[in-house]
Amino acid sequence: MTTQHEDDLVSLKNLVQELKLKLSKYENVETHKQRSKIEEMSSEVTDDNPYSRLMALKRMGIVENYERIKDYSVAIVGIGGVGSVTAEMLTRCGIGKLLLYDFDTVSMANMNRLFFTPDQAGMSKVDASYKTLTNINPDVEFECYQYNITTMDHFDPFLQSLSNGGKAPKKPVDLVLSCVDNFEARMSVNQACNELDIKWMESGVSEDAVSGHIQFMIPGRTACYQCAPPLIVASGVKQIKREGVCAASLPTTMGITAGLLAQNVLKYLLNFGSVGYYVGYSALTDFFPTMVVKPNPHCSNRWCMVRQEQHKDNPLSLQNTNCNVDDEEPASHADNEWGIEVVSSVQEEDDEEIARNRLQELGEGIDYAFMRSDELKPSIDTNNVVEVDGNIDELMRQLNEM
Amino acid sequence: MIDNRTKETLQKIPLLTEKAGPRDEGWEKRLKEEYAALIKYVKLNKDTDSSWFSIQSNKQGTKWFGKCWYIHNLLKYEFGVEFDIPVTYPVTAPEIQIPELDGKTPKMYKGGKICQTVHFNPLWSRNVPHFGIAHSLALGLAPWLAAEIPVLAEKGLVRAKENDV
Repeated sequence: MTTQHEDDLVSLKNLVQELKLKLSKYENVETHKQRSKIEEMSSEVTDDNPYSRLMALKRMGIVENYERIKDYSVAIVGIGGVGSVTAEMLTRCGIGKLLLYDFDTVSMANMNRLFFTPDQAGMSKVDASYKTLTNINPDVEFECYQYNITTMDHFDPFLQSLSNGGKAPKKPVDLVLSCVDNFEARMSVNQACNELDIKWMESGVSEDAVSGHIQFMIPGRTACYQCAPPLIVASGVKQIKREGVCAASLPTTMGITAGLLAQNVLKYLLNFGSVGYYVGYSALTDFFPTMVVKPNPHCSNRWCMVRQEQHKDNPLSLQNTNCNVDDEEPASHADNEWGIEVVSSVQEEDDEEIARNRLQELGEGIDYAFMRSDELKPSIDTNNVVEVDGNIDELMRQLNEM
Repeated sequence: MIDNRTKETLQKIPLLTEKAGPRDEGWEKRLKEEYAALIKYVKLNKDTDSSWFSIQSNKQGTKWFGKCWYIHNLLKYEFGVEFDIPVTYPVTAPEIQIPELDGKTPKMYKGGKICQTVHFNPLWSRNVPHFGIAHSLALGLAPWLAAEIPVLAEKGLVRAKENDV
């Protein structure tokens, strides 16, 4: 072997050693920095106690019994710009269990939002979240579901998972959070929670990215998502119809909305402060409208009506919206301050008049996303009704043969 | 609020009356209405030589699939179309998908779901339970194709079907 070759061999060996050393550093990060599980939350103020600043809430007189957070299970539907950040907040707070639902995968188009990182592109959102969150706090229990809850194939499994998703075996989850980006999925969450009688919180960010809202739904005691058209924060600017883009998004608005949502979850579960029933956020005007929405006594959702009947002796007080929603005194004021009764006899009114009435009955800065069918003059010829002739097999064959 | 063209289309499609989704007892009746309305609409299109889609469903009527096409500058652009009937149907409209156009236009959600938020969903909500699949195609999908396909064709993102038209 020539001297040249020997030199090369030595330098290559050195290089291999060097790289091995470098690699071992990264391996150490993966294996050794992950903390072990903690059985009991401690108030001890030490650098290695991840719960010390949370347990300090007790000492400050804010939360009576912070440890109880370990007993609760929360389902988060939609792990996008709001859901993922909410999941991270609850994970860091030491929630007992999280159920995560999303059919989607991480893409580079998500990188203007928080939580996901470019190296996760292509992974399913639930898997990527599980990996990150369990690393942040291994004390949290997770269940991940990658499917679309609005379809027939997955709705029953969705119901099953909520019914059995509690921290204790065979118990339902304590709360469902809707962090989805579309009406269909919100309606499915609404349906599931009305059927199972589970409290839930709706969240959303407007398509123009400059307003957001959260809404606490207690089946039968507050309005359900179907009691009225969706409530949105009036943006304060004239709506401009833009071409080309379906939805804009900002990490700021989404982070703020996630913060409002997670805060409301903590307040409700740990029983401190007053729980928000509807909290809006207008980024352009720094305005946070709030209100309480009563159930619609003519709601078209059958299960909402069942729950209303069940809770008719225990209505939600509009005056005292403190967190003890379960042991409230029946409302002493029966005024329909924020109620959303169906507007009667609207046949002669035009849309604008309905809209004006709306503004009076809703809180300042809050509006409906659209108007409901029963509020409008029929825009359709109701005489043109379908006539059905034949059985379903014949009809299917007939259409196929056309 | 409803323009004349929409009104005209509406007159062609009979309205449905059974308010039932795929989880409800009345679904079979509703499904029959869906098929009857579609048959009438397809026939009317054929009679006026303006057919623009073909569609069929699985046995339960919960999954639909077929083709739709659009003529632009005398060329025919054809796409596979599919959608599920959501569990909350008919309170919510079906989310129509054209998977092969996924990622080609911003007016589409992931998986190739066409964006109907502004132009169709509010109209649907106001007409529950009278609108059905035929309305969804005529007032949701058709205007979307009319707005998007010319743009996609100009950009060379879609190719016309060969030897046709």
